[in-house]
Amino acid sequence: MTYTKRLDGRKRFDELRPIEAKAGVIRRADGSAYFRIGRTIAYAAVYGPREMHPKYLQNPKGGVLRCNYNMMPFSGAGERVRPGGSRRSKEISMITEKALSSVVDLSDFPNAAVDVFIDLPQCDAGSRCAGICAASIALADAGIAMKDLIPAIAVGRVDDKIVADMDYQEEAYEDGPVADVPIAIVPSTGEITLLQMDGEIPKDMLMEAIQLGIKKCMEIYEIQKKALKDKYKALAEVVEP
Amino acid sequence: MASALKVQEREVVVPGEILAEGMEYLPSYGTYRLGDAIRAAQLGLVRVDGKVIKLIPLAGRYVPKRDDVVIGKVVNILMSGWMLDINCAYSAVLSVKEATSRFIEKGADLTRILALGDYAVTRIVNVTTQKLVDVSMRAPGLWKLAGGRDFSVNTHKVPRIIGKQGSMVKMIKDATGCKITVGQNGLVWIDGDPEMENIAVEAIRLIEDQSHIQGLTERVHAFLKNKTKKDIVIPKMQ
Repeated sequence: MTYTKRLDGRKRFDELRPIEAKAGVIRRADGSAYFRIGRTIAYAAVYGPREMHPKYLQNPKGGVLRCNYNMMPFSGAGERVRPGGSRRSKEISMITEKALSSVVDLSDFPNAAVDVFIDLPQCDAGSRCAGICAASIALADAGIAMKDLIPAIAVGRVDDKIVADMDYQEEAYEDGPVADVPIAIVPSTGEITLLQMDGEIPKDMLMEAIQLGIKKCMEIYEIQKKALKDKYKALAEVVEP
Repeated sequence: MASALKVQEREVVVPGEILAEGMEYLPSYGTYRLGDAIRAAQLGLVRVDGKVIKLIPLAGRYVPKRDDVVIGKVVNILMSGWMLDINCAYSAVLSVKEATSRFIEKGADLTRILALGDYAVTRIVNVTTQKLVDVSMRAPGLWKLAGGRDFSVNTHKVPRIIGKQGSMVKMIKDATGCKITVGQNGLVWIDGDPEMENIAVEAIRLIEDQSHIQGLTERVHAFLKNKTKKDIVIPKMQ
């Protein structure tokens, strides 16, 4: 059987799963966000800028962004999901930090830290991208100075098709080669802040996939902007329905 | 290319959003220029003042500034002073000299003046580049707080809670009969009749939630009138 149509019933190969984004969902955090893409759900909570501990990690030249990615123990099936951190979660925490730190400006906060906690109650592939999308909304919601929001999406290939936003079924496709390419961009400059690849893909397909990823990131960017604005619109509607 | 404003006055904008195009406008606080466009550098309300575009932040923690009046909590006692938590990323130091005009003997028990967990209204006298903060209590209106309750609000809403020349907070004080002190750092202290304290807290929460929407004073006035069943006048300030 060859791969001729999306396994979850989507019409096009470049179609994203349904996306839902909300800002300000966690009351006690300084900023927070909810981001759902298909069956992958991410919550992000931002605390700070606050005093940094342990003290030896402090940077007197500016604040430090710390991210923590965590899949909840009940979030999926298989080997990946065990309570607590793992080599994988440590890697994703790091790449999230790097993807976001190019836009976040903490030079006004020497020796302080901004903590971002990303938790995923349900996963169906694309979780690091969902986490980055949620985290960037949450950072903006926390009033952190940043040049832009960061949208992220996984693109790739399944058999001979270039696809956007694969779910787990497609990622685990067995009758042909699969490649998974998560990508994050700075929309205002077009810079790429995250680019990873897992699987096998020839150069021309990779280039095409990256172009598709950038296009899809711009779609997600609009959803992120709307999520932040909707929070304040909702408050206005309380007064003038 | 002709210069054009892409947003309206008092619109909520998000980081990265284009505020204006062309070289005619100037970027100010909370904005930056990238190529031809001026973009937002944080979440905020747009303010256009002639050719200058700036943002009024809607969220974010307090950043200590000289001459701000802040409410602090004693978290540690030092050799000759106190360490105060001022609800931000940095703690403040209050030295004995700045705390009282009385003579304090060397080695005296500082907890007799301010104990751990006490709250005080202080003024920031100095902030260094590394954000070491010094505060003072030696000015009228700065004192140790006793009784009452405190809670924190969004620090960017403090100017709206205080109002023009203190008109908003005066209206709440008059309506509820509570003593109220608002620190620039977003800590609010209230002391009065428990029922009235609750109404004052609700009124302040209302300001916090709705300050970006026009007609705030009237709404707070209506809220207080409805809750206290008293005839309240909106204070006129010159």
